[in-house]
Amino acid sequence: MVIPPKFAYQPARDLAHAFQLLAQGGGEAKILAGGQSLIPLMRFRLASPAALIDLNRVPGLAYIIENGDLRIGALTREYELETDAVIRTRYPILAETAAVIADPLVRNLATVGGNLAHADPANDHPATMLALRASVVARSAKGERVIPIDELFVDTFQTSLRPDEILTEIRIPRRGPKTGGAYLKLERKVGDFAIAGVAAYLVLDDRGNVKSAGIGLTNVGSTAIRAKKAEAALVGNAPDDKAIAAAAAAASAESQPTGDLRGPAEYKRDVVRVLTSRAIRSAVARAKGGS
Amino acid sequence: MAEKMYPITLTVNGEKKEAQVEARMLLVHFLREQLSMTGTHIGCDTTSCGACTIILDGRPVKSCTVFAVQADGRSLRTVEGLEQDSKLHAIQDGFHQEHGLQCGFCTPGMMMTTVALLERNAAPTELEIRQAISGNLCRCTGYVNIVKAVQHASAAMLAAKTAKTAAPATAEPVAAGRG
Repeated sequence: MVIPPKFAYQPARDLAHAFQLLAQGGGEAKILAGGQSLIPLMRFRLASPAALIDLNRVPGLAYIIENGDLRIGALTREYELETDAVIRTRYPILAETAAVIADPLVRNLATVGGNLAHADPANDHPATMLALRASVVARSAKGERVIPIDELFVDTFQTSLRPDEILTEIRIPRRGPKTGGAYLKLERKVGDFAIAGVAAYLVLDDRGNVKSAGIGLTNVGSTAIRAKKAEAALVGNAPDDKAIAAAAAAASAESQPTGDLRGPAEYKRDVVRVLTSRAIRSAVARAKGGS
Repeated sequence: MAEKMYPITLTVNGEKKEAQVEARMLLVHFLREQLSMTGTHIGCDTTSCGACTIILDGRPVKSCTVFAVQADGRSLRTVEGLEQDSKLHAIQDGFHQEHGLQCGFCTPGMMMTTVALLERNAAPTELEIRQAISGNLCRCTGYVNIVKAVQHASAAMLAAKTAKTAAPATAEPVAAGRG
């Protein structure tokens, strides 16, 4: 039997209460959202927080609202992203990302905010959020600040969130016309982390050329990686075979995989190349087709 | 120092339960050790296998990855709650009829996952069934008969519903009727 270390359980009534508990915890308390990464880490004794501040009883942290930009409450469960009508029809890249996270049982509890705040480079939302140019709202007793996603991931399991802050919302620029995205993940089996994953999000102009591009990479570095050179290879060009091949090669070069039991680094780099190419093609098709 | 105990009140298979638990007690350990409900199995201890699946407020989850204290005020269902009035649930009958198990260790979790599926989607396709059970590992069957068991249960539940609608006064819960 694998039993987590002792901790004090502190259910927060509301955010103000959570901030107060965080302050009392003096850096030794952790936020408990879906718990699907944190509880296994505690069972393996890789994490032993003195206290867990449970957000699950805080009302108003789970929502999906498209009113101007798209706003997703941090406590929104992955299954909600998978099944929500707005997400499925307007932001299929998000439904696609949620649908390949862990397995359906885990997705019934796992949250999108937790997936980002945990900052595991193997998690799937970070790459997609990089491609989407998302930002996150960090709230504390002192107020709130909006952190661009490019500034959130500092290192493996490390974010730029301050010790007194809680990630409460994800904001995604409203999807305009001729916009499409896709997330592709190669995994050995359901429930495993990605060998590699690639998110692509494209906006085309009236002539069908790429107006803006977002490419994010999963599990091929110490954080999720935004493949800026791959993006640059697309912007201003028609998304033809040549441009897509150049972008895929650039993403492969920008990846920083290490060899492990999921394969050697060279293999993973090539997986990034192939997935980038496919994700761009799918994003282009969606941008043109409007779905 | 004695570990702090937390009082919890929850509903398990329709019955109200009150208990004192340590914060770190996992829900599956609470069920098995404190309530002596050993139908929910522990397979992997690593959030991988789904043998410990229970239904928490309508959705199947891994009870090894929830603290018992988190279930305070909530409602959960376990394999022990499937049989009603000495009649097997349609899913139990399906696993029996279609031989949806060999060693049986994954079966409680498989059944809780698929009961939740059928409550949400009365007539799932084979793909939908396979996707739904993708977090439940079976090392014996190759899943073929598990899928058949779920299809068997789906058909029986739909037939029972139709029978009930057609003749509400005399309808019997035929879902569990075996021979």
